[in-house]
Amino acid sequence: MNGIRKQGRGIRGRRALSGYLFIAPFLFGFLFFMVRPMAQSIIMSFQSVGLSAQSGVTHTPVGWANYIYAFTVDPEFNQMLVDEVVRMVTHSLATMVLAFMVALLLNQRFKGRGLARAIFFLPVILSSGVLVGIETNNSLIIGMKELITQSNNLNISNALFGLLRATGVGLPALDVVSNLLTAVYDIVMASGIQIVVFLSGLQTIPRSMYEAAEMEGSSAWESFWMVTFPIISPLLIVNMIYTITDFFMKTDNLIMEKIHEEMFVNLKYGYSSALSWIYFAVAILMIGISSLIIRQGVKHYE
Amino acid sequence: MSKLTLERRADSFLTRNRKSGGLLLKQSLRRKAGSLLRALMLFGLCFLILQPILDKISVSLMMEKDLYDTTIIVIPRNLTLENYQLVSELLNLNTSMFNTAFISLVSALLQVIACTLAGYGFARFDFPLKRLWFVCVILVIVIPPQTISSSLYLHFRYFDVLGIFTRLTGGPINLKGSPLPYLALSATAMGLKNGLYIFMIRQYFRSVPLSLEEAAYVDGASTFGTFMKVMLPQAVPILVSCLLFAFVWQWTDVFYTRLFLPTANTMYLSVRLSGLAESLRTYVSTRRGITSPPVGYVMQIISTGVLVVIAPLLLLYLVAQRWFIESISSTGLKD
Repeated sequence: MNGIRKQGRGIRGRRALSGYLFIAPFLFGFLFFMVRPMAQSIIMSFQSVGLSAQSGVTHTPVGWANYIYAFTVDPEFNQMLVDEVVRMVTHSLATMVLAFMVALLLNQRFKGRGLARAIFFLPVILSSGVLVGIETNNSLIIGMKELITQSNNLNISNALFGLLRATGVGLPALDVVSNLLTAVYDIVMASGIQIVVFLSGLQTIPRSMYEAAEMEGSSAWESFWMVTFPIISPLLIVNMIYTITDFFMKTDNLIMEKIHEEMFVNLKYGYSSALSWIYFAVAILMIGISSLIIRQGVKHYE
Repeated sequence: MSKLTLERRADSFLTRNRKSGGLLLKQSLRRKAGSLLRALMLFGLCFLILQPILDKISVSLMMEKDLYDTTIIVIPRNLTLENYQLVSELLNLNTSMFNTAFISLVSALLQVIACTLAGYGFARFDFPLKRLWFVCVILVIVIPPQTISSSLYLHFRYFDVLGIFTRLTGGPINLKGSPLPYLALSATAMGLKNGLYIFMIRQYFRSVPLSLEEAAYVDGASTFGTFMKVMLPQAVPILVSCLLFAFVWQWTDVFYTRLFLPTANTMYLSVRLSGLAESLRTYVSTRRGITSPPVGYVMQIISTGVLVVIAPLLLLYLVAQRWFIESISSTGLKD
């Protein structure tokens, strides 16, 4: 491409034009179906929007009222936001660890490796769209679950944790562990893509590097931290960002449901826009913080 | 293997072990234990993923009375296809399967075309503001479509381009309920997860050696001709897998389907499935005169419904598994 670039303005101009032609559909879509609705939705979040049969849509500016309402008046929003962020942090950490471990396992040679890889990737297909939480989401089942937990609390994990609590194991840590254990299915279902990405990274590491490390007298543990981890670490950011966005976009998370309900059931378009902008800001903040942390950790190796 | 050779092998193992001072035995034991542990872990995790599907298959083949029989756990005593019949009636299977397949295929094709063009543009051309537009692609990946859903909805509900339709027909037109808005989004790479596809395709094109294109240019091929004849054939694997992802994710999507396609009588699998419990309730109350069906029965019907909806996808995955996985591996690391 350097050779082409040096030939002067004419060709470069033509290349630039072709480049723009190639991305034209995307640009058009971005400007009309993304920037415009985004701008509108920001404006709407400062308005109260009404619908009427004759005049279509009416907008009344209300200033920051929607945002203030979300944080100070709405009884459930704050709690939901905190819950979701905590859940996101624990879940995405657990997802990364699990995906990395599974990728390490699948990188070894054994019979049925292809099959195992295929099964681990299956959730990418099976945990999308409607299939997320279809069984737990209908009102009937939720009602029944409440009934069951009220009437008897006798299942093995509850009994076990009751026992542990009675023996005085530290409470907050125990809660985190117990939540993760309950969520292990969700975590496995959310880690298909990450496993494959890690696996592809692991497969690019030449055998000779491990052999060299072994010659230098490093143990398997040491060569994991000295060889495997540094090579894989750039993928940590990719996977972390993917995990977080995936988590935030899931339709079964509380806030998504609330936004949807405010919009389509309560028809509060302005308020639901405000909620989704708050949510988006939190998501970006989380992505920013986590990629900063990982980058600090990774820099050490570069 | 004859007995003699077996003995000799055992013998040689023992002698070798003695010679190595017990190291051989220790190492091979450790290896065995390692692979056993690995097999256990992998089996457990795979079971965790597969169990719900297997469970659904077994439940879907039972008759309702089998659910309440405590001696039956996995294998149904009264095999029946009744549930499938009922589900296909409730889902309106023929129409909704056709509609879903149609919209998934068309929108997946449009999305992949738009994303390929954009991915190639970003991978191979230098133009002003390129970095800015690429940041926009990342933004598209990160912004939840829910953020803009309300204004998109209103945009297409009262659709108008620069006031043209108001002049022509005396008011904005209602595009809600027709698949057009969604196809427009697809054709402009704004559909479900399209930012991700652009990113993947760009990564792929960047890994194709430049010399291929340069050779074509030297031979006098045009920019677009080179793209079509030289670059596209190179990119078939990634294109196929993006197509598969787009198809599969569209198949199960409820968000866009609910947003744009008809709400009252929606004949799309995903939407019908999400309303299955409700339609079962109305069905039961009109046919059998009970107000609400028992919970176990609802779960059974939902399980059957899920199976019916994912069956084509599972089939697709069985056939095209390689395409799904390998493209991700090939795009994961580069750059």
